[in-house]
Amino acid sequence: MNVKPALDPVESVREAFPAALLDVVEYAGETTLVVEAAQLPRVSRYLRDTAGLIYNFLSDISAVDYYEPTGGISGRPARFGVSYHLYSMLYNRRLRVKVYVDEGDDESKPVVPTVVNVWPAANWLEREASDMMGIVFEGNPDQRRLLMPDDWQGHPHRRDYPLGYETIQFSFNAEEIMKHKPFAKE
Amino acid sequence: MGVTQKLGDLGVVTTTLETAINWARTGATWPLLFGLACCAIEYMSTQGGRYDLARFGMELNRASPRQADLMIVAGRVTRKMAPVVRNLYDQMSNPKWVISMGDCASCGGVYNNYAVVQGVDEIIPVDVYVAGCPPRPEQLMHGILTLQEKIMGERIKEWA
Amino acid sequence: MAIDSALENKVTEWVGSVDDVKNLVSERAISGETMLLNLGPHHPSTHGVLRLLLELDGEEIVTCLPDVGFLHTGIEKTIESKSYEKGVTCTDRMDYLAPMSNNTAFCMAVEKLVGLDVPERAQVMRVICLELTRIQSHLVWLGTHAIDLGAMSVFLYCFREREKILDLFEMISGQRMMGSYMRPGGVWRDFPAEFVPGVETFLDEFPSRIDDYELLLTTNPLWLDRTQGIGVVEPDVALAWGFSGPTLRGSGVNWDIRKAMPYLGYENYNFDVPLGEHGDVYDRYLCRIREMRESIKIIRQALQRLPGAKGGFRSENRKFCPPPRAELGQSMEAVIHHFKLWTEGFAAPDQEVYVAIESPRGEIGCYLHGTGGNKPRRVHFKTPSFMHIQGIPLMSEGHMIADLVAVIGSVDIVLGDCDR
Repeated sequence: MNVKPALDPVESVREAFPAALLDVVEYAGETTLVVEAAQLPRVSRYLRDTAGLIYNFLSDISAVDYYEPTGGISGRPARFGVSYHLYSMLYNRRLRVKVYVDEGDDESKPVVPTVVNVWPAANWLEREASDMMGIVFEGNPDQRRLLMPDDWQGHPHRRDYPLGYETIQFSFNAEEIMKHKPFAKE
Repeated sequence: MGVTQKLGDLGVVTTTLETAINWARTGATWPLLFGLACCAIEYMSTQGGRYDLARFGMELNRASPRQADLMIVAGRVTRKMAPVVRNLYDQMSNPKWVISMGDCASCGGVYNNYAVVQGVDEIIPVDVYVAGCPPRPEQLMHGILTLQEKIMGERIKEWA
Repeated sequence: MAIDSALENKVTEWVGSVDDVKNLVSERAISGETMLLNLGPHHPSTHGVLRLLLELDGEEIVTCLPDVGFLHTGIEKTIESKSYEKGVTCTDRMDYLAPMSNNTAFCMAVEKLVGLDVPERAQVMRVICLELTRIQSHLVWLGTHAIDLGAMSVFLYCFREREKILDLFEMISGQRMMGSYMRPGGVWRDFPAEFVPGVETFLDEFPSRIDDYELLLTTNPLWLDRTQGIGVVEPDVALAWGFSGPTLRGSGVNWDIRKAMPYLGYENYNFDVPLGEHGDVYDRYLCRIREMRESIKIIRQALQRLPGAKGGFRSENRKFCPPPRAELGQSMEAVIHHFKLWTEGFAAPDQEVYVAIESPRGEIGCYLHGTGGNKPRRVHFKTPSFMHIQGIPLMSEGHMIADLVAVIGSVDIVLGDCDR
């Protein structure tokens, strides 16, 4: 089999999409390409189909919230980041593609275009991210919640969503808590 | 047991109706085949060869709640699952008992957060709590024996 | 027409979803030609609390809609409120059949984030634990899979052997299942003296036990009828849908992270990666059975390696790993480190890492994002069961209901793994 020698993903993307590539981060041996959200499907398709890259396996989509309880968004361009962890089986290497997306106001939500057409596996991963972080993946065929009940309010993995902590019972406060604890009847 | 000795030549045993009913109930509490999380695996171990739950007349798991007497809530009950658990409990026919197996089912365990019901006793009445994360099979068996003791102490006038 | 509209109302009522189920099932369901059936979340053969909405044409599955989240525990969010060392405990309960794999994925992510090295001996110890975990997880899979397809006795044999592995885990960690034995920088404690002989005894008798299982199943005509040609996945489809582990290898794709991107020194061990050909239930079964034999090979090599391995069971870097108890009485520095680590933990940079390892089910990945402080900003686990449940419709549509059970069993799902 003729395998084309591996290309450098950073250089290739920079050449193909000079405007879309916003930043490149190297940390602990991992490469992150920060791309413009609107261009994500095109970049993804390019990464998947170009000989020399062939990132044919989508490992994970992780959404992260840069909200700081003290205010601000922790030195990032926007509040939400969505990381796509790609793997190339042919060249045996990983790559992270990341997009930043703003919170939006009361009516609008953060919107990222879907990559379901590129990697079908993205379907549930996107649904999970939209359930947990409230990011809308435009074009995903199934926009229902995935993990939380359908009538759930809010998006639990946002940093401003409370953990939902209940006071722990110790011997000194047990009675006080037991008074208010709901107990089921037959 | 002492039945044969007591029978003697007469073929008659005198006991109270209460004791007879309770005795019959303890020996054949059929659990609902119902597992939620990690504790369900320990529950399976308890049914396996080494611990052999059949010794307590409990080897027969019923998948249908209509045929079960005992619900072993094995694992964490989440907010999404809670209505289902209550629904299953409501479908079980009387008399019915509940063992809350493990820390998560009893009090939320390590998961004191938005998703987990902090104790299954908030949605269904619990008879015996078994601690542990997950409880060892011996602990579960102790819980079952405790429940059997509790059943032996039930009074007819309380439920009839 | 009245019946039609009544049925329509009923359908939307069932799902209770904002979306209309009409878009998800075929039109024949709305006219009443096919039947909608709810399977789960309380159902013995779904291996936990999986709910499937099935559209059936007689016995044949037309549409299968998995509904997950009944075991969503908020583990990721809980870890975000704890320091890195405490987070390990939460990861155990995720994939509750392979706690050590979860621990290792999380610990390796922490180590990568802060740049902490693991001593060679600790790596070998981790390999031994991981492979034992793989065997015990496959044993539970085999037992429950067989019981679903009507072979009751295999379950009892599998759990007999599993108890022995759990005894070994109890020796090293004090807990049968949720040991939290892996810690950032190594493992919790050294192996006790009786552990290695215990593992050797187990390894000596276990191959013959696998022969027993194979004798019961591999050539059993009933088993072949139930599994061959069922739930076929083509290799390119499996890749596109993100399958991994034995489910992917059953389709013939040679991808094992232990070989492809070795971690913990897996490149030094000599083992094979079993591959299937047809991608059906039977091939996935064979892959897992052979994997158990390969795991035995790996553990044997690791045991040989263990005495000569350099370093201790945990890193000596006191900024991240607490000092041993004995030092506390003699060294002030040790007391300070101990106090700092157990009260506030260690800080990790505001960066992101992704670490993937091969769990018994496939690729378990941990995405970890630090804050610069002692708690992570975001922890996200990519779990194999999540991807595999997503693929169940793919494998089951067109088959009979009874085959759906075989498919669910063969991809070895764990709902705690899927929902987290």
